[in-house]
Amino acid sequence: MTAPILKVNGLKKAYGAIQAVGGVSFEVMPGEIFGVIGPNGSGKTTLFNSMLGQITPDEGSIELNGKDVSKCGPLELNRRGVGRTFQTLQVFGKMTVRDNLIVAAQEHKGTMLSRMFAPSDSGLGDRADALIKRFRIEHVAHLKAGTLSYGQQKLVDIAMAFMSEPDLVLLDEPCAGVNPSLVGGISTLLKDLNQNPHSGKKSSFVVIEHNMDFVMDLCHRIMVMVEGQVMAVGTPAEIRANKQVLDAYLGA
Amino acid sequence: MSKKQILFGLAFGAVVLCLPPFLKNYGVYMFTTWLIYVIATMGLNLTVGYAGQKSLGHAAFFGIGAYTVAILMKAGFSWWLGLPAAIALCFVLGVVLGFPALRVQTIYLAFATLGFNTAVWLVMRNEEWLTGGTFGLNGIARPEIFGYSLKDGLPYYYFVLAIAAIAMGLMWGLLRSPWGKAFQALRDNPIRAESLGIDTRNYTLLSFAIGAAYAGIAGVLFASLVDFIEPAPFAVGASIMMYLMVVVGGSGYFLGPLIGALVGMVVPDWIRDVFPILSNWYLPLFGGTVVLMMIWLPDGLMSLPDRIRAKRESKLASAKRADAKSEMAAVMGEQK
Amino acid sequence: MTDFLQLVFSGFATGSIYALAALGFTLLWQAAGTINFAQGEFVMLPAFMMLALLSYGAPLPVAFALTALISTVVLGWAFKKSVVDPLFKYGMMQIVVASIGLSIVMKNAMRAGYSAEAHPFPSLFSDSLFNVAGVTISTGDVGTLVCALLVVFATQAFLAKTVTGRAMQAVAQNTESAAVLGINVPKMIFYTFAINAVLACVAAILVTPVYLAKFDMGDSLGTKAFFAAIIGGFNNSRGALLGGLIVGVSENLAAAYISPAYKDAVALVVFMVVILFRPQGLLGKREERKV
Repeated sequence: MTAPILKVNGLKKAYGAIQAVGGVSFEVMPGEIFGVIGPNGSGKTTLFNSMLGQITPDEGSIELNGKDVSKCGPLELNRRGVGRTFQTLQVFGKMTVRDNLIVAAQEHKGTMLSRMFAPSDSGLGDRADALIKRFRIEHVAHLKAGTLSYGQQKLVDIAMAFMSEPDLVLLDEPCAGVNPSLVGGISTLLKDLNQNPHSGKKSSFVVIEHNMDFVMDLCHRIMVMVEGQVMAVGTPAEIRANKQVLDAYLGA
Repeated sequence: MSKKQILFGLAFGAVVLCLPPFLKNYGVYMFTTWLIYVIATMGLNLTVGYAGQKSLGHAAFFGIGAYTVAILMKAGFSWWLGLPAAIALCFVLGVVLGFPALRVQTIYLAFATLGFNTAVWLVMRNEEWLTGGTFGLNGIARPEIFGYSLKDGLPYYYFVLAIAAIAMGLMWGLLRSPWGKAFQALRDNPIRAESLGIDTRNYTLLSFAIGAAYAGIAGVLFASLVDFIEPAPFAVGASIMMYLMVVVGGSGYFLGPLIGALVGMVVPDWIRDVFPILSNWYLPLFGGTVVLMMIWLPDGLMSLPDRIRAKRESKLASAKRADAKSEMAAVMGEQK
Repeated sequence: MTDFLQLVFSGFATGSIYALAALGFTLLWQAAGTINFAQGEFVMLPAFMMLALLSYGAPLPVAFALTALISTVVLGWAFKKSVVDPLFKYGMMQIVVASIGLSIVMKNAMRAGYSAEAHPFPSLFSDSLFNVAGVTISTGDVGTLVCALLVVFATQAFLAKTVTGRAMQAVAQNTESAAVLGINVPKMIFYTFAINAVLACVAAILVTPVYLAKFDMGDSLGTKAFFAAIIGGFNNSRGALLGGLIVGVSENLAAAYISPAYKDAVALVVFMVVILFRPQGLLGKREERKV
């Protein structure tokens, strides 16, 4: 039995009287694309923020590759191999697209001191070019990221998360605000990145999304959250057939 | 680099290298002062322009550099010991000043640095036993290189030029290295930066420390240039002027400090020379220029080429669109 | 003990003037996101305006009223229209820099164009001193304190109790919601600038008799106003009052008990401590860092 890459155990977080997350447990296996869906207020964001080190859970643990990371902040998590995308665009507007990608992984090479003497692209030029090619943004690679269209910036945003070749990527509503014609492209890209990771190591994703078609098409397994609890976990087919989920969330 | 840039660089190099021997003492002094402030402003440009921090206390480090070398020389130590001592002290204090930056944001940070400057200035003004108080310290000699004295204006100018060139070269190297991108990431989006493994804490502290060290170097050179130092050039007003110099030159542009220091330091004196009537009015004019510049060219003078290019590109783009539109219309017309 | 009380009381008086400047400063920040580094000069200019009007024979109250009117237009409306509005979209630091530029212009234009010397200014209050339980208090101090407090409380009452005032508060707390509720946001912001201009005039008429009118009188006042605003709480109007009083009193006590040279240092130390450990100020609310 292969060990899960991510193991969340009995996670609890309350804000005052509101129990945002009330005992959530699940596992993500290496190479898996794991979706998290649920209505607004179901605790997805709080769960995500805990996994990203942005908030500390009241109870429970988060294990990455068997090691407890519940108390790690975003910096430490990235060092341990967790990448993330943001719901709202967070690219470095004044740098070129290519530089955005390079800076996204440069801190993983060498030490602070050695980086002072390293070449400008930290030896990441090829990797960046490969990702640029995959994401089909060659024609804008040398433009300042802030001048791109929303959709293009979104692609850069996602690409940045993959530059450091993380074991686990957390995607926070990757389709938010994206033109419907681009959604299919993102899905294809993510599937490709998952099955053919640049580094050769298995890459697992956890995706929060509201776009049901996207989630059902992309994910291997899906977890449904309602009111801070896990209502169901299963394959897309199982979830679609789950009566409880249909009643509570998916509708007829 | 484009042909235009290379030509410009060569012309600039020629002026800087070959003009001073033909100038009077005062002209050489002006060039030297300009270079000194270029070094100081370069440091601030790193902290504020590239790393996005707020620092309205830069002149404090300028002063600490100056006083360090002055005090050490009064105690009998060589200038060549004073320089590294000043750099080290400023670096350490820069790290200290960086700590508030980790706790407070933007305008509060600006106020904290103001407070720091005021505190340092108060010590300079009041602690007569150390700094000579308002009477200052005098007799700050210029160094010797391998027995060759730099006492005179012209040799000292070339010495300062060499140091400035080295300082600029080091800064260029630093900004080209991964550090440069890390600083800019810190400036543009610290939260994203953290999530990508960029240690924003370290880079914040370093941006203050390196900026301070540069001000320290400038301060040491300044002390030897003017021979007599007192607290006034290191007060909050001077910090604000330095900040304005960075902004006017172009915050985050490598060559910005060259222009900023020129406009802030050299032009006022030159105006006083050439148009004595205006001498009292230089400051109000400068202030007015700053205000107008903020409204019309908020990214500073070095952003002008970019601005012109962007305008030209958008004109081309809309022309292209207009062409495409009329082509479409023609095609549609034909199809009818 | 009486010395101490005297120092405290006159500290209150000076502090209340700082509170006026700090209040305007805080209001501009809250309602218009403007940090006005020229606040000190906003006090200096009305001082000279009044002097000019007085020299034409106008009685003090008339001079004051006229100056208040002119200030509202120049330091209120013109400042907002020409400097703050165009820069608002670029962010805070551009406004800060522009206001720094403005302060340099005002200060040095006054010096070059009018006079570099200190000018006396008539006081609203008589010179007399009187004795309360062994403590000597000057009428000037009492008068200043009372006036300043009246104005501060009047301003706060206006903000809290009138419709316009509450609309201004709404704009300060949440500009977008205020707009959606039908509040004329630009007008409310203009009122904020106008109030700031008037507060500066009041500060001018109270502080200039003591410290004389000089082109650089704004330096120290402006700095103390920031310190006061930060110490009290940058996003709280009552904070400006508390901050001002703290600065005024601590200055006096420091000058007397530590040394006149370090008079400014005590306020500075309090300011630094507040900035580092409680940046929202004594009465302020923590501002959340927006992701």
